[in-house]
Amino acid sequence: MQASPLIEVRGLTYCYPDGTKALDGVDFHLSEGETVALLGANGSGKTTFVLHLNGLVSGSGSITVCGMRLEKSNLAAIRRKVGLVFQDSDEQLFMPSVLEDVAFGPVNQGLHVGEAKERALEALQLVGMKHAGGKAPYHLSAGEKRRVALAGVLVMNPAVLVLDEPTTFLDPPGQRELVNLLKRLPQAKIIVTHDTSFASALATRAVFFSSGRVAGEGEPAALIKRFEWSAS
Amino acid sequence: MRHVQLEQFARRASYLHDVDPRAKVAALGLFLVSTGTLPAVNLWAYLGFSLILLVGVALGNLPLPFLLARASAVLPFSLTFALISWIAGDTQRAIALAAKSFLSTFAVLLLIGSTPLPDLLRALASLGAPAVLLMVIQFLYRYLFVVVEQAVRMRLAALCRGGSAYSGGHSSAFQRAAGALSVLFARSYGRAEGIHRAMLARGFSGQLPVMTPSAFRWKDGLFIGIAASLILAVRIGYASISTY
Repeated sequence: MQASPLIEVRGLTYCYPDGTKALDGVDFHLSEGETVALLGANGSGKTTFVLHLNGLVSGSGSITVCGMRLEKSNLAAIRRKVGLVFQDSDEQLFMPSVLEDVAFGPVNQGLHVGEAKERALEALQLVGMKHAGGKAPYHLSAGEKRRVALAGVLVMNPAVLVLDEPTTFLDPPGQRELVNLLKRLPQAKIIVTHDTSFASALATRAVFFSSGRVAGEGEPAALIKRFEWSAS
Repeated sequence: MRHVQLEQFARRASYLHDVDPRAKVAALGLFLVSTGTLPAVNLWAYLGFSLILLVGVALGNLPLPFLLARASAVLPFSLTFALISWIAGDTQRAIALAAKSFLSTFAVLLLIGSTPLPDLLRALASLGAPAVLLMVIQFLYRYLFVVVEQAVRMRLAALCRGGSAYSGGHSSAFQRAAGALSVLFARSYGRAEGIHRAMLARGFSGQLPVMTPSAFRWKDGLFIGIAASLILAVRIGYASISTY
């Protein structure tokens, strides 16, 4: 018997306030241990889709996360299960110091400040940024900010990691480090990206979005070839 | 990345930097009340307060010319009111306005220059400052430079395409500045929405968590004691002099 998926989405549809259809009947599933790359053109609905998984945007259709159907009453529990790393780390790092920023989630979960700090330090160690705990976020480089943003999500011990364009602003060594770091993490992952080499290095499956619909899915290299999604 | 120089000074190590921010805030509060309530001009009192500030500068290993220059930023405002008082025939008030505002600004700079903002916010929170006000200060400080950098990039982009502050006359320059401001506002609004989403995604429920400040030590108490004695000695000493 097949285990139930971590995330199951059925017929997800969403329109922006101006009437533009961003998602049009999206079906999606994510199983334990999977890393799925979401590919597609700008404006094809990838980011809007992942915002739904955390309950930050709400369309019609059904979303089930770790057996819980996404609704207002269990938003807090679902946000603990789905850790969202945003494209712009500056938007995610809003606290005055790195340690306080990483501890932000655990404190909101109700942990005592001391315990939250302990966990934050462990998460920072995991991403190799323990030394930067006392620094202000604006003193960090783009790669360091990305690592800290990731620590801020890992500290909440999510079952699923969602990364929106994680290679933006990163130089090639920074991208390589991120690939190695993500490979070490046991969580299932959804990665929104335009970077096909990054997707090929990490993803076990790829899903191609087009005009708010899933246009195709399968093995990353095959999908990239099928949609001619390579830069060269 | 551009930073405020004061923020860099605040991360130095010195006796003043090591003092608990709550003790420094308390000493500053007493200093501001003492200077603000000086009833009339007394050069000896101003000299006394200046000496206290100079001791603070020495204890904080901070650059005096830099602090003097920064504190002078308040003078155009205070001198305007001082000038009005002087024209109205109240020379004493004119001198008092300029001196008190300069000394107060210098004292605030001394605190900011010796205390990293996160520590200062923690101290203010533990002293009961309104949470909403602290949240606004925190976000303002965090994102002010992001917005400034965005403005600098927009200016460079304009320069690259042959634009300058005065090309096309003043009216056209005003229109461009207004346009740039509206773009900055729209981007800031978009960023604010993004930040709010990021906060919600990590369980934000309307209240920013406040980290516990470090324990108050005996030497912090000693600092308040000495600072308060000096400030009150100048303030009360002046009062007794002016009685005669």
